[in-house]
Amino acid sequence: MTRMPFDFLEEMTRMRREIDRILGDDRYSSWSFPFSRISFLPGRASREYPLLNIGEDHDNIYVEALAPGLNPDTINVSVAGDQLAISGEKKALPKSVKPELVHRSERSAGQFSRSLSLPFGVESEKVRANYENGVLKIVLPKIEAAKPKQIRVQVG
Amino acid sequence: MTEKTAVSTTDQMRSVTPSADKSLATRDDALYIAPPVDIFETEDALTVIADLPGVSKDAVDIRVEDDILTIKGKASYKRPENMILEEFDLQGYFRQFQLSDEVDQSKISAETNNGVLTITLAKAEKSKPRRIKVNVG
Repeated sequence: MTRMPFDFLEEMTRMRREIDRILGDDRYSSWSFPFSRISFLPGRASREYPLLNIGEDHDNIYVEALAPGLNPDTINVSVAGDQLAISGEKKALPKSVKPELVHRSERSAGQFSRSLSLPFGVESEKVRANYENGVLKIVLPKIEAAKPKQIRVQVG
Repeated sequence: MTEKTAVSTTDQMRSVTPSADKSLATRDDALYIAPPVDIFETEDALTVIADLPGVSKDAVDIRVEDDILTIKGKASYKRPENMILEEFDLQGYFRQFQLSDEVDQSKISAETNNGVLTITLAKAEKSKPRRIKVNVG
């Protein structure tokens, strides 16, 4: 039951795929190009940024965000209740670059923020985050009550 | 600087194999995406900036051969287990550009920082802009 919000996202993704297919956008359709959801590629409007992978094990939730080229000082990860918020800024080209000397401009830049509801309660004091090679990795320890319990089955 | 899109290149730039065909992929290196780039000029250099998230410094391979600049990278990213939300996967990057003789191919330097690769290609002496003094008289 806790997975409800993600089912909703999956449903939206499925609809988008369907629309892409109808519009004949084969280049990006998911079966020929599974990377179509990489939002740092240009030309796909209003997507969530950064893209996230979320996994879990017995003790932790792992949130990983695809966000190359951030100024590390601007990265802000905050947890309030079950809400996780990630924000930051991707550096634009230096101002000294004259517009007429730009040959290609494909990397988007600017400020972003994304927040989401976590499916489990987490211990907000023990959240750790690490930014490595353009991927932000956040480890959120689950609260005791959210950890799965093994139930012993009595045979008798 | 133009992008290299000769047939030989597109062969190598095969996009990701659909999952149904995965068993046919014998080389894992065959999975590539073209990284987005910014390219701009300054007075004495051409700078290429490419987003290669998930690629460590040692996994970047930059070559210049026959006037073609090749950017290759292998992401060392492993997705977490038991995924509840899955929005990206990272494997390899590949992109090529045709260089003109404006670039001094012996003076190319590169660095990576937070998943962003910056390549600086020094301009050849002859293609640097020369200021011509206008005499008013």
